[in-house]
Amino acid sequence: MSTTTPHRERPKRAAGPAAPGVAPARNATKLGAKSRHSQRWLAWIFLAPTILGMGLFTLIPIVASVVLAFFRWDIISAPTFVGFDNFSEVVQDPTVRVSFLNTIMFVVVAVSLQLGLALALAIMVQEKMPAWLRVFFRSAFFFPLILSAASVSIFMRYLFNEQFGVVNWFLSLVGIPAVPWLTTPGGSAAVVILVYVWQNFGFSFLLFIGGLASIPVETYEAAAIDGATGWRKHLHVTLPLLSPTTLVASVMAIISALQVFDQPYVLTRGGPGDSTRTAVMVIFESAFQRLEFGQASAIGVLLTLIIMAITAAQFRLSKRFVFYQ
Amino acid sequence: MTTTTDHGLAGHSPRLSEGLPETSPNRRRFNGAFALRIILLLIAAALTLGPVLWTLSTSLRSPSESFKLPPSFFPWNPDFTSYGEVFQQLNIFLLVLNSALVTGLIAVGQMVSAALAGYAFAHLKFRGRGALFSIVLATMMVPVQVTIVPVFMLIRGMGLSDTLLALILPAIPTAFGTFLMRQYFMGLPAELAEAASIDGASPWRTFRSVYAPLAMPGMAIVGILAFNFHWNEFFRPLILTISEQNFTLPLGLVSLQGNLGTGSISVVLAGVVLSMIPALVVFMFGQRALQDGLTAGTGK
Repeated sequence: MSTTTPHRERPKRAAGPAAPGVAPARNATKLGAKSRHSQRWLAWIFLAPTILGMGLFTLIPIVASVVLAFFRWDIISAPTFVGFDNFSEVVQDPTVRVSFLNTIMFVVVAVSLQLGLALALAIMVQEKMPAWLRVFFRSAFFFPLILSAASVSIFMRYLFNEQFGVVNWFLSLVGIPAVPWLTTPGGSAAVVILVYVWQNFGFSFLLFIGGLASIPVETYEAAAIDGATGWRKHLHVTLPLLSPTTLVASVMAIISALQVFDQPYVLTRGGPGDSTRTAVMVIFESAFQRLEFGQASAIGVLLTLIIMAITAAQFRLSKRFVFYQ
Repeated sequence: MTTTTDHGLAGHSPRLSEGLPETSPNRRRFNGAFALRIILLLIAAALTLGPVLWTLSTSLRSPSESFKLPPSFFPWNPDFTSYGEVFQQLNIFLLVLNSALVTGLIAVGQMVSAALAGYAFAHLKFRGRGALFSIVLATMMVPVQVTIVPVFMLIRGMGLSDTLLALILPAIPTAFGTFLMRQYFMGLPAELAEAASIDGASPWRTFRSVYAPLAMPGMAIVGILAFNFHWNEFFRPLILTISEQNFTLPLGLVSLQGNLGTGSISVVLAGVVLSMIPALVVFMFGQRALQDGLTAGTGK
């Protein structure tokens, strides 16, 4: 998909940002103050829906969320200022702690699986094969992305059922006794990870396919002359040249995995115990089940700080390890 | 060597095949590697599509047989009892109507607002353009879960709690859609604007009659992305709707599974299959647009 056309389109797009930036300016000087004036008016009218909407539903809520984190509020009585109490309570709350730890474990395992699988499959799909087969594989790996995480979790819950689930039936064929997937802490954590990766690896796969297509064929020809074949070709040529894509893919995968909610909510409701409770589930529960809106905001602020720190760290690291052509 | 049976189709025109060049000089070893690679990929494809095929064929078993093992992956003898049943258990017409209304209005709202804002950022000159665009981009970093509490309050304050508008309005301003449309408009030549203004067209006319028609494919991508995301959305509807008459499909299905427990899985699965139909239509006709949109802005 992103192999033939983007190559043809890219030069045009790359030239784009420079050209329009220059042209309106030239227009404005040629047509004088009147046109410049009407352009400015039109711009603000065009921007109004987006800017007003974002101000109301994104920017104000961000500020409100931070402010709310310093108040105790149950919606019914008036909010009271409590300083950093929410934060210290949240940090000491065993459920919140476990949930953050769960989320970090989840991110580490799920993202590694997702990226490893996606990269391996992308390399295999990009090598020589009949075109129709490549189209089939790409569509197949992309397919889960279009489904709703809630629906996927609904049918996966049946597939992983201990007594009549299809997964255990297949395992019984090779002599493995029934695994109590959804009733043990380890089993449910595994199911949440597998279901999440099943649905999301296709996105990283798409990114890697795009990255692989941008590696010039000549590089491989040169490597072949130097005697690099098979997996060594990928180790010494593909991986270094793909590192910008890997960075983008891992940042995006980590950010979305940190926000996991739908799968554990539908599959396990966070259980058994707190074993699959995640950070966002705790935000949801403290706000909308316990009506502790201040605490929920404090947890949300912590989660955002973690997301921002990880993103910053990844880009810092990338300066050392990412190889740009 | 050019027409090996293994990769005949790709082999005869190496320019068209996007594969990496084949570097192994040993043909027999290559064939073994090729077979292994295809087998691994087929296993991955089976694991990806298998659960969906099982869902489809189990929904077409009679409710009493839905537990039966071995599982079925192909509906040889389709039985539509479960589909009749799901219409009785669930007000599925209302759920579909709600989902369609919410998703459709968000998609149209995003297409229009993103096209307007994207055009302003790409082709109109005004003070603070760069700074404003950076702010718009920065809002993409903030997860919806963090703003949901204040949004919930705001919706209450506006008297919109437990309405479909509570789901629609906050989802219309779109940073990613604005970014996409700005890129799209920048890809269109600026000479068009010059030509139009020489012909005496006002900035509004230039947008309306010259650029907007050319930007339809970009708007389609924004619309398809919005449709796919919001049709499947679960977190916001779970919080912002309360009464069942305002539920969207994913919410209705999850509550159906909760009500039935593990009682009649084929009925729940019939509902799941019905909810997948629009996504399948998008997959068949808009897969390319969806893939391009999802990976847009992730660099080369």
